[in-house]
Amino acid sequence: MRLKIGAQVVALGVVVGLLGLLVWKITNQDQKQARKNAPAPKFTLPRLDQPGDLSLAALKGKAIVLNFWASWCAPCRDEVPVLERAWDRYRKRGVVVIGVDQQDLSSDARAFARKYGMTYPLVHDGPGEVVAKYGLTGVPETFFVGRSGKLVGEHISGRVSHRELIQGIETAMQS
Amino acid sequence: MRAFAVLLAALVVGVPFAVASEQHPTLHELEGQLMCPTCQTPLDMSESPAANRIRAFIVKRIEAGDTRTEIMDKLVAQFGPGIRAAPPASGFGLLAWVLPLVLLVGGGAVIGVYAWRWSRSREPAPAGGGPAQNGRAPLDPDVERRLEDELARFE
Repeated sequence: MRLKIGAQVVALGVVVGLLGLLVWKITNQDQKQARKNAPAPKFTLPRLDQPGDLSLAALKGKAIVLNFWASWCAPCRDEVPVLERAWDRYRKRGVVVIGVDQQDLSSDARAFARKYGMTYPLVHDGPGEVVAKYGLTGVPETFFVGRSGKLVGEHISGRVSHRELIQGIETAMQS
Repeated sequence: MRAFAVLLAALVVGVPFAVASEQHPTLHELEGQLMCPTCQTPLDMSESPAANRIRAFIVKRIEAGDTRTEIMDKLVAQFGPGIRAAPPASGFGLLAWVLPLVLLVGGGAVIGVYAWRWSRSREPAPAGGGPAQNGRAPLDPDVERRLEDELARFE
C-alpha cells in the first residue's frame, strides 16, 4: 500500500514538473513583436567593423535606424546603397544607422560588408538573441528608435525604400 | 567469457573509429549533429542560404585540418548552443541525457516490484494454517468438528 502511494506521488511529481517546464517555456518566450512607442529592447553586441562592443543604451538621445541583415540574404544586398546614403546624409544630425548581422558567420558578414562598401556601424548577433527580442519574422527588417529611446514609426519588413527610410528617420529625429 | 570477447571486439573496432571521426570529421557526420539556425531543422535536411553558408564553412575548416570539436566550438561561438542538434552533456543540457535514463530505470523498477508482488499474491498457500485449497478461509475447528459429525451421521 505504501509503495503504491509512493509511486503515485512520484508520477504526480513528474507530471507537475513537466507542466511547470511548459509554463516556464511559454512565459519566457521572447518571440513577441517589438511594439511601436514601447522602449526599444536593449542590447550589447560585438562589433563586426572594429573591435569592441556596441550598446544601444550608449546611444541615448540619438535617432537610430536598426537594420537587421545577413550576408546570405539577397534583398539585404540591394538595400545597402539606400542605408549608406541615409547614413552619409544624416550622421551629422545625430542619426546612427546600425546594421545588426544575425544568424550569420561573422567572416561571411565582414566579407559582405567589404564587398558592398558598408561604412555604418555593424554588430553581430549570431545566436539571434536580439532578433528574438525584436520579434523578427525574417531579414531584412528595419526599426526606428526615437531620441527618447522608444520605437517609433512603422517598422519595415523586407527591403527598405529610400522614401520609407527618410520618413522613419525624420519621425525618429522628432520623437 | 563470450561477453568479454564481444566487449573487447567493440572496443578494438569502435575506439579507432571514434578517434578518426574526431580527428578527421566529414561534412556528412557534422551535418547530422547541427541545426539550421534560420529554419530550425537539422542541417542535413535544410537547403536554406544560411545552411549552405554553414556547410561551406565546415568544408573549409575540414580542409584546414580542424578537429570535430574545434569546428563545433567555432559554430557554437558564432550561433550559440542552439546550433547543436543534441544538447551538451553538461550543465542544464545534462538533464536531457540523464532524465530519460532515470525514468527508464525508475519505471522499470516500479513495474518490476508490481510484477513481483502480483506473482506472489497468486502463489498457492502453504499446507496447514493458510487458506484452504479451494481459496476460502479455513473453518473454525469447532465448526469443522461439528461438520464432520453431521457428515458421519449421513454415511
